[in-house]
Amino acid sequence: MAVNPDNYGLRLFVRYLVLCLIALIFVFPLVFMINSSFKPDSQLLADTASLRAFLPVGDISLNNYFGAFRRAPVGLFVLNSVLVTGATVLLSLLICSLAAFSFAFLQWKGRDVLLSIVIATLIIPFETIAIPLLLLVSKLPWIGLDGLHWGWLNSYRVQIIPWIADGLTIFLFVQYFKGLPGELIEASRVEGANWWQVYYRVVMPLSGPVLATAAILKFLVMYNQYLWPLIVVQQESYRPVMVGLGYFFQLNVAWGEVMAYLTLITVPVLVFYLLLQRAFIASIASTGVKG
Amino acid sequence: MASKLTLSNRAGWTFALPGFALIFTFIVLPFFFAIGLSLTNQRLLSPNPTQFVGLENYQQLLGLAVVTLEPERNDAGEMIRNEAGEIQYPRLRAITRSDDYPQYRGMREWFRWQSGENVMVVIASDVVFMKALVNTFLFVLVVAPVQGSLALMLALLINHRVRGINLFRTIYFMPVVVSIVVVSLLWRFIYDGQNGLLNSILQALTFGLFQPVDWLGNPSTALPSVMAMSIWQAVGFHMVIWLAGLQTISPTLYEAAAIEGASRWQTFRYVTWPGLRNTAVLVLVVITMQGFALFAQIDVMTSGGPLDSTQTLVFQAVERGYGKQDISGGSTISVILFAIVLAISLIQRWLTRER
Repeated sequence: MAVNPDNYGLRLFVRYLVLCLIALIFVFPLVFMINSSFKPDSQLLADTASLRAFLPVGDISLNNYFGAFRRAPVGLFVLNSVLVTGATVLLSLLICSLAAFSFAFLQWKGRDVLLSIVIATLIIPFETIAIPLLLLVSKLPWIGLDGLHWGWLNSYRVQIIPWIADGLTIFLFVQYFKGLPGELIEASRVEGANWWQVYYRVVMPLSGPVLATAAILKFLVMYNQYLWPLIVVQQESYRPVMVGLGYFFQLNVAWGEVMAYLTLITVPVLVFYLLLQRAFIASIASTGVKG
Repeated sequence: MASKLTLSNRAGWTFALPGFALIFTFIVLPFFFAIGLSLTNQRLLSPNPTQFVGLENYQQLLGLAVVTLEPERNDAGEMIRNEAGEIQYPRLRAITRSDDYPQYRGMREWFRWQSGENVMVVIASDVVFMKALVNTFLFVLVVAPVQGSLALMLALLINHRVRGINLFRTIYFMPVVVSIVVVSLLWRFIYDGQNGLLNSILQALTFGLFQPVDWLGNPSTALPSVMAMSIWQAVGFHMVIWLAGLQTISPTLYEAAAIEGASRWQTFRYVTWPGLRNTAVLVLVVITMQGFALFAQIDVMTSGGPLDSTQTLVFQAVERGYGKQDISGGSTISVILFAIVLAISLIQRWLTRER
């Protein structure tokens, strides 16, 4: 098939044009958000009627950011989210990889039944169990430094513990572990390593890719959480960033401050994503591995 | 075969127990809890003891009936018409409040249609729930095919090895990493009726001919607007799944197709699409499950309004279970929702099974 060079150049140009137009559709709300966060309310609202919404023109200042910090304990919300997300990701990697290690490498009675139950939970969307789970956590006991309590509402634990283990993360680890060479495990056992040593001396050092995948998926789920903290956290001191947004809608809405807050909580994630985009995209792609 | 090296009951249980116990407590248990609670009148923080009520909650939600209203007639048997010449019918209340029809008590009109001289009225115990049910199905029926096919088109578009393609892939995926709450708030500006970005853009493109629409404030455009935004937000997610599927197709098949002189469409039809079969099932199942879980967009953008035109099942479950502290009502909706999700994923698997 002969390719006419001029024709090829034209086709390439059209291809890039299409790609760029589609890219515009995907970035314009974010450009609008960042731009608006620097504009006073009156100008922000007036600008949405024109292309000025996408340009940093007019009365540009950081006032909205100062305003946002005055209106709500923004730092506290960010800290809460970082704490809950960080703790859940770390605990999830540990607990799910241990379970998957057992499912993938060990033979024991009940293994297949338990694994089937774990896989079956993949079909239950969280939203369908949120309400009964709310009742459950409102009655669970907890032993703290100051003795026994009943009820988990308004705490960090209610945001962390139910999210540590999930079928998808265990499934990802199991799939990955099954791809590791079995002889390696056998050899370390023959050398006299116990199972715990096999786990952290042999398997974990080889699990970089799947740890990254699982961590990214969990990070996205946890940081962007809305429904669960909305119903289990009423107390301001435990609120994460997405629910903290509600603060800006009490009484009058200060849109510039809303935009500043949205920018503050979104841009770090976007930067993180842009730095690690290959890993982010690979983590979604690997949820598509067929079982 | 289980050798001595791998048969280890105690280690096996110890390693798996923390993870399994958490999944059992926070996923499996609440799931069965939901079924149990849906058969009671449990409320959060209720002073009264919980009672078993059987299927009453389901009847409350799913109760549905059709009643026929016959024209009112005078003594001579002629139909009474009002001044505009329209046939007069008895009021529905005469039936739903009458002691003659205890089975219809408390039900309300959902919709009606004309059938000859008579009017057929569909009445429901819970009209808002019925609207939520219909809206949720509509959402999935529109979003699944549209989002799935747009994602496939994007995947095919960026599956070419040209310079800078990775940048476009990164950009198309970007809304996926941004919280749906943030995205929904931004789209409220885009859809705003007075000086929203969408109206401004449409007016600029049509040189002012376009009449501004209050996209989220109008019952006929609110749900489609939420659909469009949801498709936009997650299309990159499914694009990536399609891409992963495309990469599993052997390049030798494409070479063979090129040698045979297959057209682009033929290559897609006979090489690409058959190779994407499993991916198609996955994308469809994932979009459907996400569609039935629709909540954050509704909560942030419309709160179910206007006139219940964007009510959804999860929104109703949360509104009852949390807002009204009616745990059993919320659980009943959860069970119905789960039954639907299960049925649909079984149907999808059956439709796309290997033949």
